[in-house]
Order: sequence, then structure tokens, then C-alpha cells
Amino acid sequence: MNIFSLLSTMPGAIAQGLIWGIMAIGVYITYKILDIADLTVDGSICTGGAVCVMMMMRGHGIAISLLAAVAAGMLAGLVTGLFHTLMGIPAILAGILTQLALYSINLKIMGRANQALGVRNFKVLISLQYLKGVPWYQNTLFIISIFVIVLIAILYWFFGTELGCSLRATGCNINMSRAQGINTNFNKILGLMFSNGIVALSGALLTQYQGFADVQMGRGAIVIGLAAVIIGEAIIGRHFRNFAMQLVSVAIGGIIYYIVYQTVIWLGIDTDLLKMLSALVVALFLGIPYWKSHFKKNTVKTTEGGKENA
Amino acid sequence: MLKIENLSKVFNAGTVNEKAALNGLDLTLKNGDFVTVIGGNGAGKSSLLNAIAGTWKPDSGKIYIDDVDVTNMPEYKRAKFLGRVFQDPMMGTAATMGIEENLALAARRGRVRGLKWGISNKEREEYRNLLATLGLGLEDRLSNKVGLLSGGQRQAITLLMASLRKPKLLLLDEHTAALDPKTAQKVLEISDKIVEENNLTTLMITHNMKDAIAHGNRLIMMNEGKIILDISGEEKKNLTVKDLLQYFSSTSGEEFANDKTLLA
Repeated sequence: MNIFSLLSTMPGAIAQGLIWGIMAIGVYITYKILDIADLTVDGSICTGGAVCVMMMMRGHGIAISLLAAVAAGMLAGLVTGLFHTLMGIPAILAGILTQLALYSINLKIMGRANQALGVRNFKVLISLQYLKGVPWYQNTLFIISIFVIVLIAILYWFFGTELGCSLRATGCNINMSRAQGINTNFNKILGLMFSNGIVALSGALLTQYQGFADVQMGRGAIVIGLAAVIIGEAIIGRHFRNFAMQLVSVAIGGIIYYIVYQTVIWLGIDTDLLKMLSALVVALFLGIPYWKSHFKKNTVKTTEGGKENA
Repeated sequence: MLKIENLSKVFNAGTVNEKAALNGLDLTLKNGDFVTVIGGNGAGKSSLLNAIAGTWKPDSGKIYIDDVDVTNMPEYKRAKFLGRVFQDPMMGTAATMGIEENLALAARRGRVRGLKWGISNKEREEYRNLLATLGLGLEDRLSNKVGLLSGGQRQAITLLMASLRKPKLLLLDEHTAALDPKTAQKVLEISDKIVEENNLTTLMITHNMKDAIAHGNRLIMMNEGKIILDISGEEKKNLTVKDLLQYFSSTSGEEFANDKTLLA
């Protein structure tokens, strides 16, 4: 076990962590802000990759391909949103339905189960080949960092606007939101669209980075996203109140996840077990707040009583 | 102002839990009326307020606010006419958002929410002054999360939120029932003040007959989804709790009356 071989994997781990950090910021919007566990993302991350790959193969530029990927992701979010609000399907099931449908759609977009995007044949923005030996401004780490910073800036601005505030209120207290004249269904759809647009963006970046899109690439994406959100919050986010710092902590959560991931592989664990371990770690972290509240002493409640009347 | 015609709602129709919450109810409110609503458990008091607010659609009947038929208008749309305070202090505010953010949300009720900044500095000043009038020391805690506040403080803020954009009708659904007596008194005082200063038309449900008599210019009593007593003006001023109990037993609580007779 050579520590240098571990260290040499770190730039890659950080790059992957940042790409998944973008995905996790998308998950943050639904899971933390809207209080919806949206499983669409397992499909929409691949949709983003698939659209990006096919656009670039047809000779479109990187910018337009990324935009198309985001649009496709937003469309997937729209479908989940309509399932949920228009048809009254519970959010988690609505997401699963869209995710399943996206499997077929992703196959149709790509024409087969995977498509390569070789760095030699295409001018890509980021790649695992561009981690070293390129000018700093072409370095993948630099470029993804810019993406993360710009994304956080945009979201920080948006969630400070009237519309953004109403979206936060929708996730926090839906009754109050309706009483204050907020169209909560519209906001849920909007949040799901933003979230999946961001997830698709990360899928498109991931595809460029790894040089291919695969119909399986989204399997368990939600778990990685949640892991990044939870790890980021536990280690960094809870020390800050600022919303931008919350998002930064999510991105760093993604990095930490991949550093741990690489380390575990370096330690020689059977890689078949990795997804199971991820699931267990996320389950554990999700369980901690529940246990905490369970073992706390019962606090006095003042919300009942006073019903004895005429 | 508010006109309700023949309003009915049955919950769990066709099951053993079938419950007629509203039973052909009629009610008309004049501008500036402050009506207190009393009645037993399941009399339909909250159902009446929920029907007006649009929490669900009634089975039959019509609701007009200032001659606008709102019967089928979605809850969030008719919110522009209404200010609401709920029994549960947790329900009226967003716990994870700041005091000023909650007020700013309420200040935009009935308006298009666009991409302007969610709260302006001018508003902050305004809210600071408004909060100071509550006398709860909240004016220095503008950015504090509402979740950190007590039930009474949250109800006071919800009241401010309900009146920030002057509503055509203020709905208070047992909004002091979850509070301790002293806090309840304080919140009632604030309610009176806000209603008076803004000349708000108000419907206030209360479980406390004394409060029902002491507040407002009109009192209605409900039973089995209908209004069984409607008293206003001088007659209401001279009302006593004993009168109300007596009336209640003679018109609705036949069992209660029978028990009394037996005891006598």
C-alpha cells in the first residue's frame, strides 16, 4: 500500500467530487429546501449526459450541448412535478415513475446503452486527461470550480428573491404558504425543474470528464447526492447560517465523499461492496437526528388543550 | 362584505365516520363586523373558517367576498382577500425563515412574486417599527429564525402578517387556545388593537365564552353545522355567560337540559 498511489488519485477524486457536488446541490434544492425526496435524479443525471454526448457527436458546441442537457433535465423535473401536483401522486413515487421512464428515454437518446466521447476526437471542456499537463485555465479542477462558484452565486441570488423566498416557504410550511397566497404547486414544479436541470448539468459534465455516457451511470445517484448533502452539513454547513455557505458545504461534501471513496478502494476493499457501504453510511447519517430526538427528554408541549367549551 | 349561502360539507361521506360539518349554513357579514364564533366540539366552527379560506371545496352552497364568488377559487388565490391565524402557532409562520422574511412573505400576499430582492431595507425599518408596537422585544431580533420563538410570539407575528396587507376578512381560528392564559390575554389584546386600527372585518372562533362576549360587536353560536344564535349590538353587550349556557342548552343540548331537569 503506497501512500503516493493514493495521493495520485486525489486530483481525480476532487474533480469527481466537485462534479457530484453540483449534482448534490440539485438534490439540496429538493431534499432540503422543498422537503421532497426526488428520485428523478437517478434518471436525469444520465439524461444530461446522453443529451450532451449526442449533441456533441452531431457537431454542436460545448455551451449549446450543456444548455440542451440542462433543458432536458428540467423537462424531466417538469414531468415529475406534474405527476406530483396535477395527478396527486406522492412525490417519491412520482420521481420513481419518471426515473423509470427516463431509462427508456435515455436509451432512445443514445440509440444504445452507452456512447463514448473520446477526448481525442472531441473538444471537451473537462476530462480526466486534463487534470495535469495543461495550462491552469484548462485544468479540469479549475473549470469545474468555476462552474460550482457560478452555480452557487446564481442560486444564492435566486433564493433571495421574492420568488425564491416563496419557494423556501413552500418547503418549510405549505399551509402558511397557501395562506400567504403562494402557489405552492407551481413552486414545487419550479423547484423540481431547477433541481433536475442542475443534476443534468452535472451528468453532462461527468460524461465529458469520464469520456462516455452510460445508461447505468445514474444508478444510486440520489444516494451519493444525499451523502454529499449530509456529510457537508455535518462537517461544515452546521457552523454557518449563510445560505451560500450551505451550498459550498454541499459541494465540499461531494469532495469528501470521493476522497473517502478513493481511500477505501486504496485500502483494498472489494469494490462490489461500495454501493452497499454508501447506502449504509447514508442510512446511518439519516438515522442520527431521529435517534437524537428520541433519546432527548420529552419537552413540555403547549399546543394541545383548551378544547373544553360550551 | 362576506356572504355565505346554504353552505354544506360532509366529511367521509358513505362511511361510518360520516360527519356533516356544515349543514346549509347562511351568514352575512357587514363591513367592519367583528364576529365571535362559539360552539361545542364538532359544531362546525373551524369548518366554516376552512370553507371560507378554501382549504377544501364545499359540497354545496356559495361563498362571496365583496360580491366576488370565491366558492371555487383555489386557496392561494383567495388568500389575497384573507388574513388567517391558526390555532397551532407552528402553522402560521415558516420556522426556518427569519422574522423579517416571514413578514416580507406576507407583505407580498396577492401580488406577483418576481425576481426582485425578497426584502428591502425600507421594509426592514417598517417591520422594526411594527414589531416594536407588539411590546415583545422582537424589534431587535429581525433576522432570528421564527422557530426559536415562543408560541405567543409566533401568534403575534402571524397576526401582524395577517394584517400587513389589509385583508378584506380576518379569520382567527381559536388562535389563543394553545397559549397559556397570560399570553392568550396578550395576544387577544394585540388582536383587538390590530382589528381596530385597520377596521378589519373579523371572524374569531373562541372556546372561551367570556372572550366571545367581551370582544367584537356580534356573536354567533354554532351547533351541528348551523348557526343557532346570532346576537349583536346592545343585546350582545348585555349578554352573560349564564345567558349563553342557558340558550345553548335550551336550543341544542337537549341532553344537557334533561340532565338539569333530572337534577332539579
